[in-house]
Amino acid sequence: MNIQFRESQEAESPLTVKPAIADCDIHPARASRTELYPYLAKRWQHHLEVYGVHAYQGMMEGPPYPKAQPNASRRDAWPPEGGPQGSSLSFMQKQLLDPNNVQLGVLNPLNTGQGIRNHELSAALCSAINDWQIDKWTSKDKRLKASIVVGNEDGLSAAAEIRERAGDKNFVQVLLLSRNVEPLGQRRYWPIYQAAEEAGLPVGVHAFGFGGNPITPSGWPSYYIEEMVGHSQCQQSALASLVLEGVFERFPKLKMVMIEAGFGWAPSLCWRLDKVWQRLRSEVPHVKRPPSEYIREQVWWTTQPMEDPERREDLFDVIKWIGWDRLLFATDYPHWDYDEPSRVLPAGVSEANREAFYLGNAKKLYGVS
Amino acid sequence: MTSPIAGGVDCDVHPALPHLTSLLPYLNDYWRDQVTTRGMVDLVSQSYPQNSPITARPDWRPETGKPAESLSDMQRHVLDPFKLKHAICNPLYGVQMVFSEDMQAAFCRALNDWLAKEWLDRDPRLRGSIVIPTQSVEKAVAEIERCAQDKRFIQVLMLVMGDMPLGKRVLWPIYEAAERLELPVGIHAGSAYHNPPTAVGWGSYHIEDYVGQAQAFQAQLTSLIVEGVFAKYPRLKMVMLESGVSWIAPYLWRLHKFWRGVRMETPWVDRAPLEIVRSNIRFSLQPFDAPPEPETLIRLFEHMQSDELVLFSTDYPHWQFDDQDALPEGLSPDLVRKIMIDNPHATYPRLT
Repeated sequence: MNIQFRESQEAESPLTVKPAIADCDIHPARASRTELYPYLAKRWQHHLEVYGVHAYQGMMEGPPYPKAQPNASRRDAWPPEGGPQGSSLSFMQKQLLDPNNVQLGVLNPLNTGQGIRNHELSAALCSAINDWQIDKWTSKDKRLKASIVVGNEDGLSAAAEIRERAGDKNFVQVLLLSRNVEPLGQRRYWPIYQAAEEAGLPVGVHAFGFGGNPITPSGWPSYYIEEMVGHSQCQQSALASLVLEGVFERFPKLKMVMIEAGFGWAPSLCWRLDKVWQRLRSEVPHVKRPPSEYIREQVWWTTQPMEDPERREDLFDVIKWIGWDRLLFATDYPHWDYDEPSRVLPAGVSEANREAFYLGNAKKLYGVS
Repeated sequence: MTSPIAGGVDCDVHPALPHLTSLLPYLNDYWRDQVTTRGMVDLVSQSYPQNSPITARPDWRPETGKPAESLSDMQRHVLDPFKLKHAICNPLYGVQMVFSEDMQAAFCRALNDWLAKEWLDRDPRLRGSIVIPTQSVEKAVAEIERCAQDKRFIQVLMLVMGDMPLGKRVLWPIYEAAERLELPVGIHAGSAYHNPPTAVGWGSYHIEDYVGQAQAFQAQLTSLIVEGVFAKYPRLKMVMLESGVSWIAPYLWRLHKFWRGVRMETPWVDRAPLEIVRSNIRFSLQPFDAPPEPETLIRLFEHMQSDELVLFSTDYPHWQFDDQDALPEGLSPDLVRKIMIDNPHATYPRLT
């Protein structure tokens, strides 16, 4: 390894201004187990104390695939005042928003009211987490915008939550996860897409979630890395379902964002969908155009974790095939596989593409000036 | 179009068993009696009717019976016109769906004997894959050892979607036997439907199941690599059959990145996933899920950083390509030679 030394002409200015960026995947956390209680009816507080959330898996604590680090988070992201990583606004400002000049930060709360078998509890928790996002985050820092978390398995109550929040400038998208009881194109989820389209809000589909299905179509694997890599297969299957069920045809103004599941697979999936659609389109007459056209017009991708080829130019081929106008930079703060903004794009990318990638695409998609 | 060259190896053709009763001569008294007394019907692992237009290319469809159930059809449609030196027969009969390990073992044994007698004996260009009863690893190994005595069996055949991920340790005796006997393990598209056909549940359409095969292959490659199959059996080759190829490079970029991040979880993975794939994994060509433009296709092959990964296949009699265009536009003559001749011979040691 070569290290180059260079004498500094003068001390670096502390006021160096980095170009503004959007971070389209930030995970805010609760500082304590009961932090949502002020937003929940007494009945649900009691329910949680006695029965817990009762998810589509058996475990209250302790995932069957233990993460690589505590809370899957950066080891330097513990807030000084205590609480889990991502639970302190002031520390998030100091560690993420200020030093990186984040102009727009999109909050995607995980471990919320989704993936819960009791649909009424799911709806109550989602509504609570949405109130909490305003109180704790977006009302206190105007750079931050929230995602409307919805009870994913009950399309009607999810649609009601979206309509309740529509027009509220604290929110810039609706949040779903990729793994649900059924593939995301299924009819039970259509009320969500209809309400999002009416409200003019993109639907973000974040990796993870849980609907009881094994994370491979050949059963349960052994390791955390298989779960992590497997999220991109889940996302591909979820997107294929959305296209083939005709969701984009039925909701032509709907915009969707694929979050934290990679984007390198997108061209390959499009070619495969187009090729098979040419042969089998009579099975899905509601899919009127080649699948890649819907995807090109209605789908965006967040960048983290960036695929990492041996030769950087290979990745730029893929970005060109997807379109520089479709990628949204994200760090995934405070998680361990965080992408550092200054290291993601090397020199040689045009200024226009760089600006679109880091900021412009996100501002346009989310309607933030 | 890119012209095939003579003397090639077609690594994926599908002779069809006419009916379950075609196995009766190869079953013992007990199983013959079971099939007839219980009124067992044909085992069809596809979800659409056998005479559906999507089961075969129209010009490859016989007037009666299943496509590819006659050797003379296969000779006339593929072996002769492509001037093949060899074709590897991968019977896709629904024995993988059976839950009883005893029944599955009896049917697999019969199917393998049927293949030897009714196909391999009748055309010296043909080679066979050993279909194994995956419900019992012990019985699977026994069947591999039995069939491997016949040198015309050159591969072990499994489906990409079964009961468990293919890297699981309980399956390793299969890989031990395969490596010892110089048999690559072919993993073919298809499901035993013992799990939902996608990782996010059951879709509505056949087209969805078909698109999803590529994701199933991706998940299996992860499992095989991170469980350490190739650290334990470094000479084992695996061939992904009807997997598609355009996803390989970006999939590996992601796997490689996470492997670097969490390799402490699987310390026995002693080489980078990219290297393991280059040395141990191969992919069949058809059906080719590639872009329409030749220049994009050339970039795709460059992304793979190896011209040794892909093996020629027609997928006969299935419907995936038109006319003689088994080779996509844009492949150089050198690459055609590697895909059709050199790569298959380097993959299958018994192919002589």
